[in-house]
Amino acid sequence: MSEEAISCVQTAKGPIVSQESPSSAEDQSPVQSKEESMPLARVGGKAPDFEASAYVDGGFKNIRLSDYEGHWVVLCFYPGDFTFV
Amino acid sequence: MAVKYPDLQELDVQVLAMSTDSRFSHKIWQEEELSKMVEGGVPFPMLSDAGGKIGQMYGVYDEAGGVDIRGRFLIDPDGVIQAMEVMTPPVGRNVSELFRQVQAFQLVRKTKGAEATPSGWQPGKTTLKVSPDLAGKVWKVWKPEEAF
Repeated sequence: MSEEAISCVQTAKGPIVSQESPSSAEDQSPVQSKEESMPLARVGGKAPDFEASAYVDGGFKNIRLSDYEGHWVVLCFYPGDFTFV
Repeated sequence: MAVKYPDLQELDVQVLAMSTDSRFSHKIWQEEELSKMVEGGVPFPMLSDAGGKIGQMYGVYDEAGGVDIRGRFLIDPDGVIQAMEVMTPPVGRNVSELFRQVQAFQLVRKTKGAEATPSGWQPGKTTLKVSPDLAGKVWKVWKPEEAF
């Protein structure tokens, strides 16, 4: 019935760790490597990529940070809904 | 930040808000409260970091509380973090400072790093022309009073 809105949103991947190790020339597995080494955010460094489910414009969809390349982005974490952002 | 969103958009800044709440909680919060605080509600995506994995990467996940504490990351068009601010929950953000930083970093980027913004810089104030000659000579071109 109204389950549609839920089911059409796929589970978000969460952290996305890319394998851009310069050592392995033949990058065989296109599959995301697990969380072997989670990148950490630091100024001057690449913002760790992720995919998260989102509520936007009255609907649900998954959003990936890297989709926003080419724009300035302000990423704001906050402790919880019903607090102040 | 929702109130100032149009100004941020003018600066080509996209906002993403994230907490460990589910997207369903975001929806209810928007409908029950935010839409009453700001006309039209929060205009930017509200993301769910269920489990705090993303918060961990950004150093803002509080394991004891199971929440992401207040953290703000300014990311440039190349995906590089240019600024961050992390605070414990009781103190809210200062959106004016965010604007200042966005404008400063955009100026630096536009000049390809040829100009830097000294302490307390605001749009229109003196910038520093970066060169080896500047070393030891900042006092000639910039006075500390300009920081306020």
